[in-house]
Amino acid sequence: MTKATLVDHIYEKVGLSKKETTEMVETLFETIKEVVSEGESIKLSGFGTFTVREKGSRRGRNPKTGVEIEIEPRRVVTFKPSVGFKAFVERGSDS
Amino acid sequence: MTRSELMRLVSEKVPGFTKREIENIVKEILEGIKEALAMGEKVEIRGFGNFKLRHRRERRGRNPKTGDTVNVPVKKVPFFKVGKEFREMVNRKSSAGD
Repeated sequence: MTKATLVDHIYEKVGLSKKETTEMVETLFETIKEVVSEGESIKLSGFGTFTVREKGSRRGRNPKTGVEIEIEPRRVVTFKPSVGFKAFVERGSDS
Repeated sequence: MTRSELMRLVSEKVPGFTKREIENIVKEILEGIKEALAMGEKVEIRGFGNFKLRHRRERRGRNPKTGDTVNVPVKKVPFFKVGKEFREMVNRKSSAGD
């Protein structure tokens, strides 16, 4: 499923045009990106939490050449699904 | 940040929609993703990331209270793989803040 099929799936339910629905979908994901990039977590009840984690520097190795390199500290996004989301997929589509 | 604060930020960007419309559509977007995963489908949002299922094998666990060995059955767990653009956006902010 892509953004376009997600829009196809929901635009009638919400009573908006495809174009308006697409705009909303894009705005939602853009806004999540902006907030999380500022280092703030977003908790969406019934869905999950997006968090930024700080990774310290560590020594790594180029797997091809075997040369040791310093991996710089970086920030990564993690998503923790809510209990409800996990239970929902565990039940599957036949529920 | 909670859902309601996020909704406020979204509503500032799409002034033509009522608060109720925004809440409703966000609910349907998230439900749509959950339903796709429950059917075993993957959801790809370009620039943001992919939602898919990760399958965990059956394993032997232990009840931490009693120490009894129990079988933990196969599990399907929702997993989010961050997209390139999102990943780079988050990382840029950290180096800019140094």
